[in-house]
Amino acid sequence: MAKLPDNAILRRRRRELAAGGAVLLALAVLPLPIADVYTQNLIIMALLFAGLAQAWNILGGYCGQISLGHALYFGIGGYVSTLLFLRAGLPPSLGMFAGGLAAGAAALLVGWPCFRLSGHYYAIATLVVAQIAYLLALNWDFIGGATGLYVPFHAESWGDLAFRTTKRPFHYIALAFAAAAWFAGYLIEGSRWGYAWRAMRDDPVAARSLAVRLLPSKMAAASISGGLAGIGGAIFAQYVGYIDPDSVMSLQLSILIALPAVIGGVGTLWGPLLGAAVQVPISEVSRSWLGGAGRGSDLMIYGALIVTVALLRPAGLASLLRPARRPPPAAEARNANAA
Amino acid sequence: MLRLEGVSAAYRGLPALRGISLEVPAGAIVAVVGANGAGKSTLLKAIAGLLPVSGRIALDETRLDRMAAWRVARHGVALVPEGRRLFPRLPVEDNLRLGAYARRGQPDRFAPLSLVFDLFPRLQERLAQRAETLSGGEQQMLAIGRALMTQPRLLMLDEPSQGLMPRLVDDILAAVVRIRAGGVTVLLVEQRLAEALSIADHAHVLQTGRVVMSGPAAAIAADSAVRRAYLGL
Repeated sequence: MAKLPDNAILRRRRRELAAGGAVLLALAVLPLPIADVYTQNLIIMALLFAGLAQAWNILGGYCGQISLGHALYFGIGGYVSTLLFLRAGLPPSLGMFAGGLAAGAAALLVGWPCFRLSGHYYAIATLVVAQIAYLLALNWDFIGGATGLYVPFHAESWGDLAFRTTKRPFHYIALAFAAAAWFAGYLIEGSRWGYAWRAMRDDPVAARSLAVRLLPSKMAAASISGGLAGIGGAIFAQYVGYIDPDSVMSLQLSILIALPAVIGGVGTLWGPLLGAAVQVPISEVSRSWLGGAGRGSDLMIYGALIVTVALLRPAGLASLLRPARRPPPAAEARNANAA
Repeated sequence: MLRLEGVSAAYRGLPALRGISLEVPAGAIVAVVGANGAGKSTLLKAIAGLLPVSGRIALDETRLDRMAAWRVARHGVALVPEGRRLFPRLPVEDNLRLGAYARRGQPDRFAPLSLVFDLFPRLQERLAQRAETLSGGEQQMLAIGRALMTQPRLLMLDEPSQGLMPRLVDDILAAVVRIRAGGVTVLLVEQRLAEALSIADHAHVLQTGRVVMSGPAAAIAADSAVRRAYLGL
């Protein structure tokens, strides 16, 4: 009697986990027959952005704190990992975690003042902080300034996360990253934190009167979210072999990190992956077909995409996976009576 | 059990409570009545720690003023807010679970469920439904159920009758009487004078942020001057 029937939730959780495993397996096999470098790159970038968008989703989706400055954490992860490699010889396979820690710490520093702002003001504050950091990075010679940094190459190795002759290892690195981010989201959905964050997002006043502490909850979400984004930045630096403020800290990147979650479904487990699968190909195709002449055209396409999703599927593409829930007929009848 | 001395608070910059003093004895149902804008909701928010206040609010020997809302909740004060403030996108079950958030990690945290389902069997049938798909009465039941999950000593209800048809109001108030019988002290804010006073032991009449009358609920209900002067009835 005095027990919540956990079975329905447990069954749904198990289904999600099984689906996650199946998708992981499919994505692990997927690159084997693909020899075309262009397509390989496309898939790697899609996986990277799926992971980044899930990282964003942990703060923006579950916790409801819309950040427009995640490029800051991405950039910190990339710079810290690259600088540790350059200056201290720390292999990037370890350096990327140092980058993640630094980015998570930065997210706490940004969160401390910014979380006192609510709604749009928080979003604007994150955007401004990231832009300031971008301008500082452009002018800071120690980290290469506007010219950026080349990642040194010694030999192909997993320790250095360095591969020149084939992109395939990066497919698995990006896949591991996306899978880790997905799994983090999965764990959060089922945890007390996840409940508290969603409660806070839906109604902060009610959450507070149920003993949810707003600031510590937001800080926890921010550090996980920023830390994951930082690891993504380190992987990106290794993959591209070169970073500068424009490629890892720009406002446009902040938007590209948030966008897959918006397209796919904010606060959902599968939304970021679905959104990245749509967004990254559009971004790459428009860039390569339209070239310099079409600069900015991808932004117009994103705009059209957001409007379409907002009109037809406001809950995002992930809502296509689940049939619309309707209350049972009895409840409808009662609602009609009560009204 | 709960004692307020000279409590003042402002709501959006305007003074809403001007030196409120009142007492809620343990085991009682105390009603706070008054017209719109008298400060009734502000009073409950002030006790819950959702507003900065001056003056003294004490729960037995514990000072609640200056305490953060989450701490007040952990001291056994639960608020059923005006307009219910459920988590609309979460199912009934998760709304109840969140009620037990303050007692996380404790093995008996879901113990109040039997009471909640006993009071509102409807909720047990609707566990998997999103809160936003419930009828108004069911939502109010869920809001009260969620508050009971915190295992409160003091339950504060803000306009539980709002938007409900009369039969449901009676159901809800009957549940409040049963909750008190289980040992929970109740502080009830209502605009519906007759219904609130019919179940309360004591009542305080609020007007523009001041307590203008206090006494046994029956006496206040019988006083026609009160009804005309302060409640516009």
